[in-house]
Amino acid sequence: MRPQDILLPAPAGLCCKPGGFHIDPVRSVERALITHGHSDHARPGHGAVLATQETLDMMRLRYGENFAGSTQAIAYGEEIRLGDVTVKFHPAGHVLGSAQIAVTCKNTCIVASGDYKDATDPTCKPFEVMPCDVFITEATFGLPVFRHGNAADEVKKLLASVALFPERAHLVGAYSLGKGQRVIALLREAGYDAPIYLHGAMEEITYYYQSRGITLGELRPAKGMKKADLAGTITLAPPSATSDIWTRRFPDPVTAFASGWMRVRARARQRGIELPLVISDHADWDGLTATIEATGAGEIWVTHGQEDALVHWCKTKGLAARPLDLVGYGDEDEHEAPQKGEAEA
Amino acid sequence: MNRFAELLDRLAYEPGRNNKLRLITAYFRDTPDPDRGYALAALTGALSFKHAKPGLIRDLITDRTDPVLFGLSYDYVGDLSETVALMWPKGAVHRDEPLLGHPSPRPSPARGEGAERNAGQSSRTESKAAATTLAVPSPLAGEGQGEGYHTGGADDDPRRSGHNNPPPPTLTEVVTTLRTLGKTELPKQLARWLDELDETGRWALLKLVTGAMRIGVSARLAKTAAAHLGDKDAHDIELMWPGLSPPYLDLFAWLEGRSEKPVNRDPTPFRPVMLAHAIEEADFAGLDAADFIAEWKWDGIRVQAVAGRDERGHIQARLYSRTGEDITKSFPDLVPSLHLPGAIDGELLVLREGRVQTFNVLQQRLNRKVVSPKLIKEYPIHLRAYDLLGDDENDLRELPFIERRARLEAFVKKLDDVRIDLSPTVAFDSWEQLAGARANPAQAGAGADADAVEGVMLKRRDAAYLPGRPKGQWWKWKRDPHLIDAVLMYAQRGHGKRSSYYSDYTFGVWTSGEGGEELVPVGKAYFGFTDEELLQIDRFVRRNTTEKFGPVRHVVHEPDQGLVLEVAFEGLARSPRHKSGVAMRFPRISRLRWDKPPREADRLETLERMLKSDASITAP
Repeated sequence: MRPQDILLPAPAGLCCKPGGFHIDPVRSVERALITHGHSDHARPGHGAVLATQETLDMMRLRYGENFAGSTQAIAYGEEIRLGDVTVKFHPAGHVLGSAQIAVTCKNTCIVASGDYKDATDPTCKPFEVMPCDVFITEATFGLPVFRHGNAADEVKKLLASVALFPERAHLVGAYSLGKGQRVIALLREAGYDAPIYLHGAMEEITYYYQSRGITLGELRPAKGMKKADLAGTITLAPPSATSDIWTRRFPDPVTAFASGWMRVRARARQRGIELPLVISDHADWDGLTATIEATGAGEIWVTHGQEDALVHWCKTKGLAARPLDLVGYGDEDEHEAPQKGEAEA
Repeated sequence: MNRFAELLDRLAYEPGRNNKLRLITAYFRDTPDPDRGYALAALTGALSFKHAKPGLIRDLITDRTDPVLFGLSYDYVGDLSETVALMWPKGAVHRDEPLLGHPSPRPSPARGEGAERNAGQSSRTESKAAATTLAVPSPLAGEGQGEGYHTGGADDDPRRSGHNNPPPPTLTEVVTTLRTLGKTELPKQLARWLDELDETGRWALLKLVTGAMRIGVSARLAKTAAAHLGDKDAHDIELMWPGLSPPYLDLFAWLEGRSEKPVNRDPTPFRPVMLAHAIEEADFAGLDAADFIAEWKWDGIRVQAVAGRDERGHIQARLYSRTGEDITKSFPDLVPSLHLPGAIDGELLVLREGRVQTFNVLQQRLNRKVVSPKLIKEYPIHLRAYDLLGDDENDLRELPFIERRARLEAFVKKLDDVRIDLSPTVAFDSWEQLAGARANPAQAGAGADADAVEGVMLKRRDAAYLPGRPKGQWWKWKRDPHLIDAVLMYAQRGHGKRSSYYSDYTFGVWTSGEGGEELVPVGKAYFGFTDEELLQIDRFVRRNTTEKFGPVRHVVHEPDQGLVLEVAFEGLARSPRHKSGVAMRFPRISRLRWDKPPREADRLETLERMLKSDASITAP
């Protein structure tokens, strides 16, 4: 069976005809398999949704109880038969509950990895390499200039700045689902035990992480705090909020942003960031290429991001590769925040 | 080198002056000699070695990476040094080996899962597997059936810092090696360092060797940061600076209280300058006209011209900016005129046939690295002297101004040089009379040079020459600025404290275009308004944005809808670079004209009338 008979890009997203479902569809479909809870992958209005318990919970938090006709939770490693195919979910290491989806039909296995990273993250289960015939990879940071260092070092940079400027507030822009909690957990690992403040848009999802047993220490809403009392503190906020009117409640704030994009100076400067922190929830160039090699796949399909470079690299390694040209999956910081201050990928 | 790189990195993003100072001072405190001294030299531009050309850097990277990937990366990043710093292959020693040193097995769905778990034997896989087992307990650990193996990312790889590679070079190593390195050895040495440094270190190294630091730190700021280390005055460092050399061990020893103040044996030291306060209407009531001498305020640049004898008795001359930067190299044509030992405070001007040219003309001579004979001929430089701080070995700064002025007159006469003359005084008996002279310099003695006069200076007859801006000694009384009413067209967010405000404004005036009446941008301003006015404009911008282009907002500007800004500016020049054909000097927002509909704002013709028909004038 040819791989494209199993999975095929369609306007609604990646479509599996023999299984009767779409993966991360951008339009309403009858049956959707969702890799993770970010809003460009997990949309409301599908008939039936199959995802990990965490992803389903996050969709419920964001879209309300009736976000889908019906839902079914699947555990990592559990196998489910859908039509002529079997599907299995495996940890993707991207955010809490994120999964790669392995679709097997007859003798052919395709892994749709969604968004993933192979770096350690105390807030989610680590990425696992799934051997397969066709590997579908993202390419958000698909250029060799993107090599993200050790996230713990970036957090040290933040703490050094807090020590140097004790009279200023530090505002850390971070995507409210995943990055924010990871930064908090990293701060705790670095020994920072003061209360950490949260922008309103981050509260609900962060408390959800805590309810799942992730240790994040003492958290407080930034709302209602006196300006002077925020001196020397760290506040997590959605990226769009760090350059908005909201920041005026903080004393002479230092604006930080935790993102893989911060590797490139022009990107940081364009946003007026004073303290760029290179912390990414996506695999960097070395992570993408090492993962592709490790899957043993002979054919690579590249979705959103810098497809050209990654496709080129695959070809130099003798792998069949093509861009999938799926639309609707965002760069995490490209869009302005919608209603609740969410902007992520 | 990595610590210095971190400093440069942070400085490059920090907009606030005080915060920059704090960062640099903290670096000086934490960094031992001689590294911090070479850092100070790098920040003050005191390092001298032959810079590497961009072509060399490009060759280095193309030898080591796939040209297609380099091309795509360079397109994305846009800066050569940064692209190279980021994509320089790490662990160059093992460069030719694949990251995963084993052929991957053909997968098959039938294969037992996890069977290949231990197949990955590369260092990357091993270290990552170790790291993940050490990770903080996740609620999911043990819950899922962990299959497969981990590839491992850059995180937590102990080999990155721990393997047998030599340690990264110190700043001292880099600087001292570069000073003696031959041209042919440079590429190899550079590659070695690039192998040893991390991303930020590589970026800083490339900035350093290509001589393109551009991190928004002046020499003065770096010296001030050093002064803060010892709670000393930056002026003191400025005074001794010409006698010091990298790595400034004596300077840091003094700053840390470990030794005596270094003595400046430099024959041509800079002396901190005395500055004037802007005078307000109300100030005149408390001032007696008889206590003051008035001079024209020339629209040039403030300089200090110092000449002295070196150990062998030869005359050395230096030209300093008002902040103490050595600008001698930009004005070699003035040096021969400084042939008597002494220190003149004066204004640098361009004179053509004895006539002072406007600031726009002078600007052609500023910030030039290479001064061509053509430039020297077409823009003849001139020094108009208004104070004498030293006469041979004598320090005159304690003397009252009236006595210094007498010495200056004698000194200029003795110099007898066509390029140096005396700033004339303006005669007056009362403030009313001086106001008249200020309003009409042409009739009050400035004659044909009146266009280069931007007001009058008032100096107390008994004022000693004091560094900084002492109260009540010197006053500047500028001519009223030009004013126009313009329409706000675009707004951009500010930086630092102002990053949540739309505080940079592009404004335009009306002109007849192809499609009828249209606004054409004539300038940009980002100050002049009060904090309260900033809030009001910010609110207006947010409520009246019609489009967004990245950080720029397109603000409504229709004949009946929009905001009129009264813009004050000092001068106007023709500019082929601006669509409007004119460029303003020192524009700022002077008032918000909420009362005025945009259709009543000024027209481009008004600005064109203000322009003198001097064809030689072009904007910088």
